[in-house]
Amino acid sequence: MSFLSEALWVLLLGSLLGLELIGKVPPTLHTPLMSGANAISGITMLAALTLIIKAGDNLALLLMGSVSLGFALFNVIGGFLVTDRMLAMFSRKNVRNKGN
Amino acid sequence: MFNAGILKFSIDLIAVLLLALGIKGLSKVRSARDANRLAALAMGLAVIGVLVNSLGIGGISTKAWVWIIIGSAIGGALGLVTARRVPMTAMPETVALFNGCGGMSSLLVAIAVAIFPVTENQVEIGKGIVEIISIAVSIFVGAITFSGSLVAMAKLQGWLATPAWTQSKFRHAVNISFAVLCLVAAINLFSQGENSLWLLVIGSSLLGIGVTLPIGGADMPVVISLLNSYSGVAAAAAGFVVGSQLLIVAGAMVGAAGLILTQVMCKGMNRSLVSVLFGGALGAASNTASKGGGEYTNITSCSAEECALTLEAAERVVIVPGYGLAVAQAQHTLREVTRALEAGGIKVAYAIHPVAGRMPGHMNVLLAEADVPYEQLKEMDQINPEFPATDVVLVLGANDVVNPQAKNDPSSPLYGMPVLDVQEARTVFVVKRGMSAGYSGIKNGLFELINTSMVFGDAKKVLGDLLVELKELGVGRKT
Repeated sequence: MSFLSEALWVLLLGSLLGLELIGKVPPTLHTPLMSGANAISGITMLAALTLIIKAGDNLALLLMGSVSLGFALFNVIGGFLVTDRMLAMFSRKNVRNKGN
Repeated sequence: MFNAGILKFSIDLIAVLLLALGIKGLSKVRSARDANRLAALAMGLAVIGVLVNSLGIGGISTKAWVWIIIGSAIGGALGLVTARRVPMTAMPETVALFNGCGGMSSLLVAIAVAIFPVTENQVEIGKGIVEIISIAVSIFVGAITFSGSLVAMAKLQGWLATPAWTQSKFRHAVNISFAVLCLVAAINLFSQGENSLWLLVIGSSLLGIGVTLPIGGADMPVVISLLNSYSGVAAAAAGFVVGSQLLIVAGAMVGAAGLILTQVMCKGMNRSLVSVLFGGALGAASNTASKGGGEYTNITSCSAEECALTLEAAERVVIVPGYGLAVAQAQHTLREVTRALEAGGIKVAYAIHPVAGRMPGHMNVLLAEADVPYEQLKEMDQINPEFPATDVVLVLGANDVVNPQAKNDPSSPLYGMPVLDVQEARTVFVVKRGMSAGYSGIKNGLFELINTSMVFGDAKKVLGDLLVELKELGVGRKT
């Protein structure tokens, strides 16, 4: 039961923190913020990782964990990179498109 | 021997701290880019934490490593390619796609744990009441996120239209029955295993589709933001399933922050979340209302040449970019036109409506891509008092956001939405492909005003013509 009560506290405090973190967001940043937060929600990759590690010899479980990990990493890596690409355009110095 | 558990605990704490700072920093223009990297770093740390902990207790088998590497290589590579290749104009659907995959990941974890109860040294996961509830929540939210995001993406890409039946009241009954189905399946999860599990998966996926499908294109960004918040909830639920507090914190933070962002967006569009979710598409609802007075009279149209002549004589020009500009991918051509104007000593500013482009803030990204100085982008409250002193306003593919009826016609469905007061300027040019209505499907009184001229054509082509005409006039040649 101790994990549960701790976990519920964590859930509550985490939610409150999340509510407070973003107060006023300039419209400019709505899109990047959404995409950045979206990348963070790919944190389920940790769950997938745990699943694979604990799977032992269960091939189906390994496979599902691996697919799940793939989906999550697609979200995480794609999300952060695309956010960075957007934000890079706002910084004045290296705004010019390199190459293309 | 060093204690892997304590090491992991410290890494997790640091990761949570960095994630929180990252989300916070992302809401400020100056710190946004570093904040994004900080968050990415935090995620990397979290992965290291899990690996370290597992190496400490029992180690990781070679087989596990192989599957970890296969999964992350494929997912990571696809993510990398997608992030690099996707054009900036397609950003909304890209975010939707990423988001859907995050939801899918939570869904798969929950299903896997439910089918194959994993026995660990101390606890057996997937047996108790708490575990079943968290599995049910994880599946429910994960499936809704996945199917909803995919529908949102397909609609934004134009692969999917809004079917007519989804606009009737009937759809509420359908969605409620899906929801009831999910509830029943979730309750059955306690007594009987797999069948109700799949029922829950199917029911939740259908619910995600049913809820997202009726929502019109203009409201889609809000939906994506909301689904983004859901995927945080799904991650938190997955955290309960596998017993990871880091996942719970991060998921809860994203879920709550996503909710706030959704609310901020709704405010910018003057829509309430309830009406976005249950009101159906604005366009379809108002079609009948606008049918009567839908015909335009007194339209003045002119060529790019006349437009260029007026621009040449102007001192202050304001550009109002909209969805049409984004679709035509004309931001670079626009930048060339404004460069010529600036070189000719004409003051140029850009009026950015909070929902210009395809989602809030999207237009800023597109213009920044085309190298437009950040200081020239003016927000609505900033630019509205300046319109009376403006010589020429160039409206590029925007419609509803410059509709004066939103201010002075209480019977209009748009009434109350904040708009740009472009009609106050001396001359207004509206570049548009035709007389079709905007997202809202509502007639725009601006087009009939005396000081408004329509320039018909694709935004990119008109701007190209304009550039040629300006060059011929010699604008921007001197200095």
